[in-house]
Amino acid sequence: MLIDSGSPGAPAAIGISLTINGEVRELQVAPWTTLLDLLREELDLTGTKKGCDHGQCGACTVLVNGTRINSCLALAVMKDGAEIVTVEGLARHAGQDGAMHPLQAAFVERDAFQCGYCTPGQLCSAAGMISEGHATSREEIREAMSGNICRCGAYTNIVDAIEDVMHAGAAR
Amino acid sequence: MNRFDYVRPTTVEEAVRAIGSAANARFIAGGTNLVDLMKYNVERPERLVDITRLPLEAIEERDGGLGIGALVTNATVAYDDRIKSRYPLLSSAILAGASGQLRNAATTGGNLLQRTRCYYFYDDAMPCNKRDPGTGCQAIGGVNRIHAIFGTSDTCIATHPSDMCVALSALNATVRVTGPAGERIIPLGEFHRLPGDEPQRDTTLAADEIVLSVDLPDEDFGAHHTYLKLRDRLSYAFALVSVAAVMKRDGDTITEARFALGGVAHKPWRNAEAESSLKGKPATRETFEAAADIVIRQAQPQSENGFKVELARRAIIRGLSQAAAGTPQSQSDKRIA
Repeated sequence: MLIDSGSPGAPAAIGISLTINGEVRELQVAPWTTLLDLLREELDLTGTKKGCDHGQCGACTVLVNGTRINSCLALAVMKDGAEIVTVEGLARHAGQDGAMHPLQAAFVERDAFQCGYCTPGQLCSAAGMISEGHATSREEIREAMSGNICRCGAYTNIVDAIEDVMHAGAAR
Repeated sequence: MNRFDYVRPTTVEEAVRAIGSAANARFIAGGTNLVDLMKYNVERPERLVDITRLPLEAIEERDGGLGIGALVTNATVAYDDRIKSRYPLLSSAILAGASGQLRNAATTGGNLLQRTRCYYFYDDAMPCNKRDPGTGCQAIGGVNRIHAIFGTSDTCIATHPSDMCVALSALNATVRVTGPAGERIIPLGEFHRLPGDEPQRDTTLAADEIVLSVDLPDEDFGAHHTYLKLRDRLSYAFALVSVAAVMKRDGDTITEARFALGGVAHKPWRNAEAESSLKGKPATRETFEAAADIVIRQAQPQSENGFKVELARRAIIRGLSQAAAGTPQSQSDKRIA
């Protein structure tokens, strides 16, 4: 057994190690802490948003070992050893220190938001989707991004921004 | 969310021991359903057994078919080259469900074991025989537009929400499980159960057993398959009715056809009589209509879901037509071919 928190009713905080936006963090977490709550409440990384808290809206999307997931449905303790990238670290992760990530720049250029609450999740989800490499057409992008809800309805411009970045990437 | 203790075994043996060591312990892997249910207080485990470090993450050749480890994510299965070329129906059904983020986290074993999305099951202020046996079913006579039309009982009318399992049912997959009594193979059709008078039991898996893999038999349908999913919006919604169909043809004659329905019962719904009615018949609309009629003869709709009977009939006919023509439904271009 790698980890045993002890008898039921007396669970201790468990020591885990996470690399968050390039920085190794040694943390003590209660097992019922979600990755989302750890990021927002304990590490002050409030760029990642809590929308529905039930995996339905995508506002909490982050990259875990390069893969986009809903951080609200992930227990932090289970991600022990993982590399986490949030919207705060997206540009640096892409080697854009000091500048915006190409997706962030494209979202600004295309006016791909209104209230902005869903935007961090849209950005992380789009970054994950592009690296997955399965979506190419506009229809496929829309389908692959369906886990990110935008109640302002900026979808058209969001797809425009993602297409810009995908086409720029293909041209490189 | 309730407080619980947490263990992280590294072997299947340790995991099976750990699940048996506390009352009301649960395995957790992707967590996409269990964590959600814990947030609603529907699941209140005393212990979580984190199985993500078990060696069940491979897709392997097995008896001419493929064995999918219980921890392989839905996304990995859907985009695996072997799955796409040999079991495209499975790939299509998985991509019809959930979202990119959820498919990246959700596992094969967890997809099998996900719970119903019945509103009353999710609301712990309401009676529910599945959540709290013996308290009653408020869906019967209540808000039941999304509920079952086949195989219901007077204790429960919930549906199984999976798309993946509907395809696995049509493919005659098997589930390899193990527990203190040893390993056993459960045919997919016997893995999920009808509610009967024990709606709290979704499956025939024992509480101390663990899923090892889902195994696909060696069988080739070429392009003669489809997963047709009908729902309230075009993506990221559960099926009102879905159809997974596979077919083999000799010229115009159907030599074999199997189809399963999703969104209409407590398990993927098959009808042996309807399937055998297709055998040896010409692949025509009349043949498909006759098979659909056999299926819907057994329908017992609830107060608000009578529309599902005709929807299922038409979906069967369309699904069989797509399979016969070798034009599977696209999951990104949503026009129904």
